Amino acid sequence: MSRVVLVTGGNRGIGLATAKRFCAAGHQVAVTSRSGAGDDLDGLFVVKCDVTDSESVDAAVSEIEESLGPVEVLVSNAGITRDGLVLRMADDDFSDVLDANLTGGFRIARRVVKQMMRARWGRIVFVSSVVGLGGQAGQANYAASKAGITGLARSLAKEFAGRSITVNVVAPGPVDTDMLAALSEAQRTAMLGMVPVGRLGEPAEVAAAIEYLASEDAGFVTGTVLAIDGGLSMG
Amino acid sequence: MSDNFERFTNCAVDVLSVDADQVVLDATFESLDADSLDLVELVMALEEEFDVNVEEEELDGVLTVRAAYDLILSKL
Repeated sequence: MSRVVLVTGGNRGIGLATAKRFCAAGHQVAVTSRSGAGDDLDGLFVVKCDVTDSESVDAAVSEIEESLGPVEVLVSNAGITRDGLVLRMADDDFSDVLDANLTGGFRIARRVVKQMMRARWGRIVFVSSVVGLGGQAGQANYAASKAGITGLARSLAKEFAGRSITVNVVAPGPVDTDMLAALSEAQRTAMLGMVPVGRLGEPAEVAAAIEYLASEDAGFVTGTVLAIDGGLSMG
Repeated sequence: MSDNFERFTNCAVDVLSVDADQVVLDATFESLDADSLDLVELVMALEEEFDVNVEEEELDGVLTVRAAYDLILSKL
């Protein structure tokens, strides 16, 4: 069954891999990005959206609804990093990351869930991070935002369970994306040393898990946090 | 039927997926198969239709069409 899928931050990395996977499976896929542009977006409905701005979120979703129909599957993936040690982290560095990664997810979910309620069916998947489970030196803001996503997702899962709307979280470990490329060689090596599988993950491997959670078959799976991290979070 | 009640009914029909003749003043939301989420959704639609603002706590004890309709009317 073809669904209308929205992937925020879908112009690169895990978001893009996810959008392409849904597209290849025959779904109608919209992606949002801050610039409304990106490379290699053939077949995707690209919309400009700033998840830190409710009006921008509303306008973007309205545009998708008019062109493709109500959003049935939301992959909330848009996120930013602004790394630094806590002692040198300004208030804005913390709150801006929270606003984009956590509150942004709230804004987009709130906007699309109304139509899912009407349809009595919906799938929401939040892209969190393994650092939301274990914390990460230099990423207090990012880790806090990603941990917050779990509380948000599970609350949504409970509020909307009666409408056949499931809400789940994936928590990727180190995945080969631009975001990870920003790390120093030493940081990458140290991170790899903590991954039992001994390699970086591929965006497509995260996309596959997201596709499952958004599928018809996953109707009994809600409020879960699925780590896709090569075993990193086993401790 | 007053114009206001007709607007109210249209919202209820749209949001609750019921027939217009089920939306009578004495009907309970339970009898319309509407739970608390439906009620919140209905109120959001009514806020938009009537350009009013309903606070969350005002919904306490709103169990019937009459109670909801009176609540909206009191704000016009």
